[in-house]
Amino acid sequence: MALIRHPKDFWAGVLFIAFGGAACVIALDYAMGTAARMGPGYFPRVLGLMLCALGALLVLRSFKLQGAPLSFPTFKPLAIVLASVLLFGLVVNKVGLVIATLLLVLVASTASHEYRWRESIVAAIALAVFVVVAFRYGLGLQLPTWPPALAG
Amino acid sequence: MEVFANLATGFAVALTATNLFYAFLGVLLGTLIGVLPGIGPVPTIAMLLPITYALPPVSALIMLAGIYYGAQYGGSTTAILVNLPGESSSVVTCIDGYQMARKGRAGTALAIAALGSFIAGTFATMVVAAFAPPLAEVALKFGPAEYFSLMVLGLIAAVVLASGSLVKAIGMIILGLLLGLVGTDVNSGLQRYSFGIPELSDGIGFVAIAMGVFGFAEIIVNLEHREAREVFTNKVSGLWIKWKDFKEALPAIARGTLLGSGLGILPGGGALLSAFASYTLEKKIAKDPSQFGKGAIQGVAGPESANNAGAQTSFIPLLTLGIPPNAVMALMVGAMTIHSIQPGPQVMTSNPQLFWGLIASMWIGNLMLVVLNLPMIGLWVKLLQVPYRLLYPAILLFCCIGVYSLQNNVWDVLMTALFGLIGWLFVKLECEPAPLLLGFILGPLMEENLRRALLLSRGDPTVFFTRPLSATLLAVAAVLLLIVLAPNVRRKREEAFHEA
Repeated sequence: MALIRHPKDFWAGVLFIAFGGAACVIALDYAMGTAARMGPGYFPRVLGLMLCALGALLVLRSFKLQGAPLSFPTFKPLAIVLASVLLFGLVVNKVGLVIATLLLVLVASTASHEYRWRESIVAAIALAVFVVVAFRYGLGLQLPTWPPALAG
Repeated sequence: MEVFANLATGFAVALTATNLFYAFLGVLLGTLIGVLPGIGPVPTIAMLLPITYALPPVSALIMLAGIYYGAQYGGSTTAILVNLPGESSSVVTCIDGYQMARKGRAGTALAIAALGSFIAGTFATMVVAAFAPPLAEVALKFGPAEYFSLMVLGLIAAVVLASGSLVKAIGMIILGLLLGLVGTDVNSGLQRYSFGIPELSDGIGFVAIAMGVFGFAEIIVNLEHREAREVFTNKVSGLWIKWKDFKEALPAIARGTLLGSGLGILPGGGALLSAFASYTLEKKIAKDPSQFGKGAIQGVAGPESANNAGAQTSFIPLLTLGIPPNAVMALMVGAMTIHSIQPGPQVMTSNPQLFWGLIASMWIGNLMLVVLNLPMIGLWVKLLQVPYRLLYPAILLFCCIGVYSLQNNVWDVLMTALFGLIGWLFVKLECEPAPLLLGFILGPLMEENLRRALLLSRGDPTVFFTRPLSATLLAVAAVLLLIVLAPNVRRKREEAFHEA
């Protein structure tokens, strides 16, 4: 990897090229129009090309400039936090606010290096009560409190 | 004096019981999140946006504005007591504020920060009241070409202020502009980048992006570091200011206020830049610069006044031009759009109650901050002791519920998770996310005005340079870009951000 001397710039460049390129390719399906009467494809294509150019610049520059390596100390918080949010989103309509809240808090809590399971159970219950009182009844949130299947 | 008549209208609106209540709620919440490190005004406002849906527009904006300047205020408390910036704009306050606290002068530091903020807030409110109407009049002469050029200027200014690489910041803006195009094209009705997903036909939710990129990503990154927080709470007994301290601090407060008011107006300006500039200025003109970094009272008074003044005057570009100068103002655009108010020069004439009510409430909010915070400091200190392991699951939960309630749809929750991932990637690649959000907000507006300008000129692109106002705006943008590219300034800029 001695060729890439600035990995953060390099990968940012790759990301830009990927996004810009995809934007251009998809925009090929949209009418281009003329400058005077722009079609829906005009602006996206111009932006996509600009983004690609900037990405290329970053990639080229990364061979010359020196920069710190990318650091990924741990993927645990990333995985757990995103998983807890996805879980909440996917189940909340089916199991209701209380269970979804408990799940989110219990799962998310494990991401901390100071995780204490007893404490997180107490926190989850307290938050579930708070959420139901404040959001469900206080602000009229449109979510079932309990699983709708049980209510019959 | 028309200004006073207008302000009277404003106070009549702001002093109603409802609006006083929401101003109070706003500054209270703002202080709360300002005190807590790890959650800033952007995710908080994003979280509360859906809730404001049910409120009358004036009350909603008053509350959201209160959160913004309340956060500036709360951030300084954390900076002084914990040596951690509760808010990015109080980074500078850490330097001398914490040193004052260590010398047993925490009370003085907190009190001077409060007083400075209040004086600055009062002055900045007057600036907004005085300058907004004439600027709005200029803005009414704007055609599509001018609007386009102005947005270019705003985006360039945002690039200049982003920390780190310029190329990346410009790239982030373009990425934001592209994300803003997702959904139905207003001119042709064509679905762009929606991949046949019906939820995307209205575009990507702005709150989902803001909360994912700013809120979730920050939580994830915080959790990756194992840092112990040390709270400096031993002795915050009573807040007092000696006359001698006040006399020392007053000139710094005055300078900070003026500087902050000026810098806040610039698109891309606002609280952070103002605080930095003020600290540098105070250090330059001090009789004994060696005191700075060791607990100089001017080092607290100046930046604290400047950040508050800057926070307030950054409403000017939003209210007069409809252009958000920073991420928080971008959220305010979102809030106004929810209430179907198109931000811009016409707000003042079509919605004078809202416009002047908001301005008057800024001053009231500042007064509340002083009254609220001096006696409640003990409570904030207690809050600082809540461990992060309990805090972040609650923040995640409130974010999820906030996003859901926006459209009563889980789609937005899932999108927020996706943008959390993207935001995390940005942090790893050192790509500043603020320009992305600005680009996202301005994307559709920019395309619309570009199209109209070129339609009117029959496709002649020189229209942007031949119309004097538009040419001036573009020239300013070009000069800004050249200044930042100049090697000398570039080095200084990197140093300034490095210190942060």
